[in-house]
Amino acid sequence: MNVADSLPEARRKAVALISGGLDSMLAARTILDQGVHVEGINFFTGFCVEGHTHAIRRRANGSGGNPRNNALWVAEQLDVKLHFIDVVEDYKRVVLNPKHGYGANLNPCLDCKSFMVGRAREWMEEHGFDFIITGEVIGQRPKSQRRDTMPVVARESGADDRLLRPLCAKRLPPTLPEREGWVDRGRLHDFTGRSRKPQFALAADFGIEDYAQPAGGCCFLTDRQYSTKLADLWASRGRRDYELDDIMLLKVGRHLRPRPHFKLIVGREEGENHFLSGYRGQFVHLRTVSHPGPLVLMDGEPNEEDLELAARLTARFSKGREAERVEVEIGGGGRPSRRLQVAPMAPSAVPSDWYV
Amino acid sequence: MARSTLDARRLLCPLPVIRTQERVKGLDPGDILEVTCTDPGALHDIPAWCRLNGHRVTGATDGADYELVITIVVGGDMMADPEPSS
Repeated sequence: MNVADSLPEARRKAVALISGGLDSMLAARTILDQGVHVEGINFFTGFCVEGHTHAIRRRANGSGGNPRNNALWVAEQLDVKLHFIDVVEDYKRVVLNPKHGYGANLNPCLDCKSFMVGRAREWMEEHGFDFIITGEVIGQRPKSQRRDTMPVVARESGADDRLLRPLCAKRLPPTLPEREGWVDRGRLHDFTGRSRKPQFALAADFGIEDYAQPAGGCCFLTDRQYSTKLADLWASRGRRDYELDDIMLLKVGRHLRPRPHFKLIVGREEGENHFLSGYRGQFVHLRTVSHPGPLVLMDGEPNEEDLELAARLTARFSKGREAERVEVEIGGGGRPSRRLQVAPMAPSAVPSDWYV
Repeated sequence: MARSTLDARRLLCPLPVIRTQERVKGLDPGDILEVTCTDPGALHDIPAWCRLNGHRVTGATDGADYELVITIVVGGDMMADPEPSS
């Protein structure tokens, strides 16, 4: 039993999983309005869509949209503290060996939810909080938010009945916070299904006009193209593993694999080129010098023939793509940089299956 | 009052905030931390995180070669509220 349970007069404290989307914002606001002290936590897995690629490209584009981190923005709107938790290392076991398998892509949604609620439970116990709230809605997500999988999350996370889902609580058995009267079940909600209308209506009731969309779209692992690149990474290395830099680089540039033993990552504009330039020390890299063009990283063990092919592909993506010859500088790989004069590869000569 | 620096260059949102959060945990109220970043989102995110967690941003400069330097004065309330007021 939590020590605070014996203090009926104490103001109860809830930790809210804040993704930055509308549902977790509404769930937290619903509980805040009942006088509960709420603080937010946000998990950094490395696969978060939040900010990354947008941030890379924004500066070069001039504006590029709103630069805010949505979880921080939500916390500011709610006036609650937000604690970021770096789970990159621990999250690997979720991605690499999901007990409940993957969704449509490499998204281990049910294992992910159990993992995050489990980490929230640990945080709750460590900081003397009473219960956990999430923005889950029955039937909203095909794997992790179903009536039959919601108890799985509560059980496997160890949160059990200290896990309250305010947006659909009335459709679930009463949890400890409801039974103990820490929150009024009558003021919770009964949302269900994939329709977002009830959320939009509740947002309007709260006077919330600005929020990130869509809910659930905050993870690259739900993206087919990203999952294809991750599977390609594992296949090329002959093992299922990754480091943070690997999964960050999968978010940036065009990826081409002309040969099984090497891949090219081609910057698509100035912001990406700048980001990729930070990795020059770790990769063989190419850049056109006779014409403006992309920075290209080579991931793998290229031989001389591969380097010429990579130079011709680098030229193909440069402003010199129509020129007869383009000069390309090759650096890294433990050798002095050198320059090659190459004929740009014609777009039609690049097989479509080279694009990962 | 100690002054220290944090190199968060090449890190993308929200990593500059996470590294700042980790570093601030080991500092005392009144200490000054200068965070150097290259992600322009940090210019928004670090001040927002500071506002939420009781720290103060006293300066943010947009320098050459994509570098930003954000100066933070550590506040006195760094952890989760142990006894929130009713």
